[in-house]
Parts: sequence; C-alpha cells; structure tokens
Amino acid sequence: MTDRLMKLLKTNARLSNAEIAVMLGATEKEVADKIAELESAGVIKGYTTVFDEDVVSKDYVRAVIELKVTPKAQVGYDAIARHIAQYTEVENIYLVSGGYDLSITLRCHSLKEVSDYVAQRLATIDGVVSTTTHFFLQKYKESGIMLISEEADERVMQ
Amino acid sequence: MDYSQIVSKKASGLKPSGIRKYFDIAAKLDNVISLGIGEPDFSTPWTVRREAIKALERGKTIYTANPGLISLRRSISAYTAEKTGVTYDPDGEIIVTVGGSEAIDLTVRTIVEPGDEVIIPEPSFVCYKPIVELTGGIPVIIETKEENSFKLTAQQLKEKITDRTKLLILPYPNNPTGAVMTKRDLEPIAEALKGTDIMVLTDEIYSELTYGQKHFSIISLPGMKERTVYVNGFSKAFAMTGWRLGYMCGPKEVLTHALKIHQFGIMSSPTVSQYAAIEALSSCSEDVANMVSEYDMRRRYLVDAFNRLGLRCFMPEGAFYVFPCIKSTGLSSDAFCEKLLYSKRVAVIPGTAFGDCGEGYVRVSYAYSLKHLKTAVERIAEFLEELKNA
Ligand SMILES: Cc1ncc(COP(=O)(O)O)c(C=O)c1O
Repeated sequence: MTDRLMKLLKTNARLSNAEIAVMLGATEKEVADKIAELESAGVIKGYTTVFDEDVVSKDYVRAVIELKVTPKAQVGYDAIARHIAQYTEVENIYLVSGGYDLSITLRCHSLKEVSDYVAQRLATIDGVVSTTTHFFLQKYKESGIMLISEEADERVMQ
Repeated sequence: MDYSQIVSKKASGLKPSGIRKYFDIAAKLDNVISLGIGEPDFSTPWTVRREAIKALERGKTIYTANPGLISLRRSISAYTAEKTGVTYDPDGEIIVTVGGSEAIDLTVRTIVEPGDEVIIPEPSFVCYKPIVELTGGIPVIIETKEENSFKLTAQQLKEKITDRTKLLILPYPNNPTGAVMTKRDLEPIAEALKGTDIMVLTDEIYSELTYGQKHFSIISLPGMKERTVYVNGFSKAFAMTGWRLGYMCGPKEVLTHALKIHQFGIMSSPTVSQYAAIEALSSCSEDVANMVSEYDMRRRYLVDAFNRLGLRCFMPEGAFYVFPCIKSTGLSSDAFCEKLLYSKRVAVIPGTAFGDCGEGYVRVSYAYSLKHLKTAVERIAEFLEELKNA
C-alpha cells in the first residue's frame, strides 16, 4: 500500500483520503494512519504544487549552478550546503559526484539577480573554488509531471 | 457494375461492429472525451522498443519461418509453462500470429465446418460471431448474467450442447464485462466437456491484467490441453497493440492444419515485432506489474464513481473495462450512449455491441489517465442530473 499511496500523492497531493482509500481498496482510516506514519517517519517532507509559471508571467529566471568546493577539515560539504540552503532563492541543493561538488537550482527575478547572487553570495563563501552557471531555457517535465502539452490521443475505437 | 451481385453474400451479410458507429459520431464532434477505447494508454516498454530498433539496425527485415522465429516460440513455450504449468512444443504446438485476432480466425477456420455449432458466451468481444458465420458455422449464444458475475456456468453450457457442437469459445478475462473464471468456475466446465469431442478456444489475451487472484487457465486442468487451443498475445499485457503479434498453442494435429492457412494467408507475422516480443516475455514483468497497479486504481475509482451515481456497477476482476448497468435511467443502451455523446461529449460503448444480452449496460474503458476519467465522470454526473430533471 505504501508504494501505491506515495505514487498517488506524488502526482496529485490534493486527492482526499476518501478518494485514495477507494483507489487502494483500503479504508479512509487506514489511509489517514499511513499518511500520518509517513509524515512522522520523515518520509513525507511536505506537499507542494507544480506550477507552470510561464503561463502567468515570464518574470523570473532559473539557473543551475555547479559549485566546486574544497571542504574545510572540520566542517565538510554539509556546512557549506547548509549555509547556501538558507537563501530563499535556492530551490534545490545536491551533493553530486563527478567534475564538481554541489548542484544548486536558483530562482530569481532577473539575470542580473542571478549573477549578483553567484558573484556576491556564492563565490565569496570560504572554500568555494569555482562556479559555473547554466540558465534554464525551457521546462519539459518537473517532479514527474509533464509541462508540455500531451500528444493527441490517436487511438481509435474498434 | 452491380456490386451487390459481386460482393459475396457472406461478406455483405456481416454486420459492422457496433463500436464503429460511435467512433464515427465522435469523430465529427469537438471536445469529445472518449471512454471507448479498447487498447492500453501506455507506450510499449522502452526495452521492447529498443529491441525492435536493434533488429532494424541489423537489417532483420526478411520473412521468418511460417510459425514464427524459433527463438520466440521457445520463449512463448517457457513463458506459458511458467504461467500455466503446461508445456507446448515450440516445434509444432505453437504458431506466432498477427495478433490474437488472427489466432481466433485460424482456430475457427481450422475447426468449424458449415453447420457446426459454436458456443459463444456473451457479452463478449465483437469478432467471434462474424468469424464463425464466415465459416458457415452456427453461433450458439449463451447469455451470461450479472447475478452470476458474468461467468459461464456449467448448467448453461450443458443446456446448449448438442451432437453438432464443435467448439466452445471461452472469452475470459472478458471484454467487455471484466469478468474472470477461477479454477473453481472452470472445473465444472471441464467436467461437462469430458467424454465429448468438443474443442475449446480459450481467448486469454487479458490474462496478465487481473486484479484479484492471479489468472487461471483452463489448460491447466487435467485433460484440457488436448482439447484446447490457447490464444494469447502481446497487445494488452505489454501495451503492444500496433505491433500486431499474438500466438496460439494447441495440439499438433490441429495446428499443422492451421499453419497451412496461416502460410497461405499471411506467410509469417511481422519480423521486427517478433524480435521485440522476445524481450517482452523475458524481462518486462516489472513494467506489466506497474501497468496492472495503475489499472487497478482506475478500476476501483470508476466502480465507486458509477455506484455513487446510481449506475450499479459490477466489480470486474480483469481486463480494463467496467460494465455499469444503466437500466435505472430508463434508456436503452444505444439511446444512453447517443444522448451522452451528443449532450456531454462523452463516448462510451453500448453493451449491445457485445451481444443482445448487453442491453441495459454500457462498456467504459479505463485505459485512460485518472485525470481524464475524473473529467468524464463529472460530465456523466451532469448528464444523469439533467436526465432526472428532464
Ligand atoms: C477479448 C479480445 N480478444 C482478442 C483481441 C484481439 O487483440 P489482438 O489482435 O491485438 O491481439 C481483443 C482486442 O481488443 C480482445 O478484446
């Protein structure tokens, strides 16, 4: 039940417990208990909405920043990541393998804001060796949800 | 030219499928939400598509052996043995066909002579009766009932068996009702056939799409392998409708002759599809499980929704259709479907397209996203409300 419940919530967090119960062949109480359990175990971290903001405004810019850092002896990557995570512009931070260390997604109002943020906030952090900025041009899929219009259903009744 | 003299009586006498009409109406209207489709909304698993691409890249574009690639027949043999416990010899007891459709056609044409009776439980898939009629066979219909969960009962079967009965078509898991036959349901059927020369064509194209118990095949019962042609295919389980690939397994003595019809009429099934199908059988169980889990949630959602709307809906255990009863509206199936389509732009199929006893029911497919189903249900709710107030 857990897998299916998580799958349902992942694509539509607004389903009611009653609706979920019907689809899983469970009782409403079982669903409520399971969700409470997942929340308290820290599996469910929050409920969010996937917007296609482009529809209402183009008034923002998103970028992914590749950050190379030299972790300081005592604090490691976590301290740097924690520091960066405080900023509201930051949507995601991951420690990654490969040619750089931290991958950061930013959401700002303008190109200038992104470059200021990178130059003044990120590049100046002790231990940051280099930054590379990639601006997002087009969104196709986010959090498992397609943002591009679906292809027409060409199936025929027979 | 007087074409009415040219076209054979058998061909001109065939009734077009009752589904076609709705497709034609729906095609002329805008903003139609269809619940009429009988094929998966998923794409074929990627690994299967990749095998097809590989086959093309390697230039595998020639005919295969008439009964199909031996490697695919071996895979079918192993897969069927795993699912049913029954082993078919890849050399002589398996033919790879152009969909389950061709397998049904071959079986009927190999077995049925003019005047032979073929027992067909209805409601069921639209092709059985016309194919039997084309061979000159006589369809003998058994009307399955909602109170029996649309199962075929041994009692009903015995009542229809005569000394001219040649073949029983066993269409489970069923399109359009979603009914299944369990081991306990099948045992008395097998018992009733014992000692007769009646053959069985079991159409198990939906065998992977069951939601309660695992599917059980009649071939797994003692004495049934020798009197059964087992039909299955790739369309529904692996979302491979357009690949046109299925298969039949059965006694050598029958398939030897079916193979001649296949050879003269078809030559061999699509080669690229055959290479890809080996992959489907060997490594897609997880993809199938994911699709089944998705169908299951939609099934539960729809059954609940129709019951709430006051259209009593039987809980189907297989395939991807629900079959709600619309008698409470006072409309015939046909009128219900037409009004719903014109007034709310929702397409469902009248139960009568699957046999006269489908009157009072409609077939609703859940081979659609949950979002799509929800919108359709909202429109149907409005429709019923307006009917009440009319
Ligand atoms: C019960 C049943 N049998 C057979 C078929 C034929 O499928 P295919 O020829 O694609 O294997 C269908 C297709 O809708 C079906 O519903």
